[in-house]
Amino acid sequence: MRAAVIVFPGSNCDRDLAVAFEQAGFKVDMVWHKDASLPDGVDIVGVPGGFSYGDYLRCGAIAAQSPICKAVVDHADRGGYAVGICNGFQILTETGVLPGALLRNAGLKYICRTVGLKVESSDSAFTEGYNAGDVIGIPVAHHDGNYFADDNVLAALRDQDRIAFSYTENPNGSAGDIAGILSENRRVLGMMPHPERAADEGHGGTDGTALFRALSGVLAPA
Amino acid sequence: MKARVHVMLKNGVLDPQGEAVRHALGAMGFDQVEGVRQGKVIDLELAEGATEADITEMCEKLLANTVIERFEIELV
Repeated sequence: MRAAVIVFPGSNCDRDLAVAFEQAGFKVDMVWHKDASLPDGVDIVGVPGGFSYGDYLRCGAIAAQSPICKAVVDHADRGGYAVGICNGFQILTETGVLPGALLRNAGLKYICRTVGLKVESSDSAFTEGYNAGDVIGIPVAHHDGNYFADDNVLAALRDQDRIAFSYTENPNGSAGDIAGILSENRRVLGMMPHPERAADEGHGGTDGTALFRALSGVLAPA
Repeated sequence: MKARVHVMLKNGVLDPQGEAVRHALGAMGFDQVEGVRQGKVIDLELAEGATEADITEMCEKLLANTVIERFEIELV
């Protein structure tokens, strides 16, 4: 099982994400943003949190045009698995792999604390380690996590059971309290909260561990 | 050749920064302000021969996120 974690200038959760993958049994390759291809045999791509390219222009906008992102889009288009966390979620929306956009938090403040997340769908390789309706505690750390999509997209996300996580108490103004969404084929997850920061006893919480364990269960060679 | 691109949030998309500016103006006594929307202005210096279609493509692919923003191109 191999995971690739993309590293942009300004990424700061790349190593945390790599450790979370490793603890779930993945071999991890760190992949620099200027590389034009992913290593052979990658089962899942992790797009980490941080402030890629200093959040210039819009969060994730410039990263989305980097050489490696073309490879990530191709990987997703081929049906490959990918997870984008925080800035990684913003990048995946900017590439169009996931619908919608992340706006400035409605309260204008940077929010950094553990929030309650309701598992809306356990029907994905990312969330099958939870039960729908479970409430878990996962940290958020963002200034632009206010999910926006037009009414048609929001209806499609709901109708197709593609809302993975919602906030129990909406911290940022997100439409429909949305914290994380799945692609149409359910193989790409984007979420603002950081499961990799709740994946070790030392973090003060381990509610994120089940996400990485579930992935290793699905992606392990039969 | 120069072009100026104006990028604004679409109508209906919440602009909390514009809203904060409106509040501040109100608190300063400018009661006549009923709404504020904040956007970006991007100046491009272009080689001769660049077309408005080129700039439109730049806007659609990078300068604006058309999910949430609209843009206007001004050739100057």
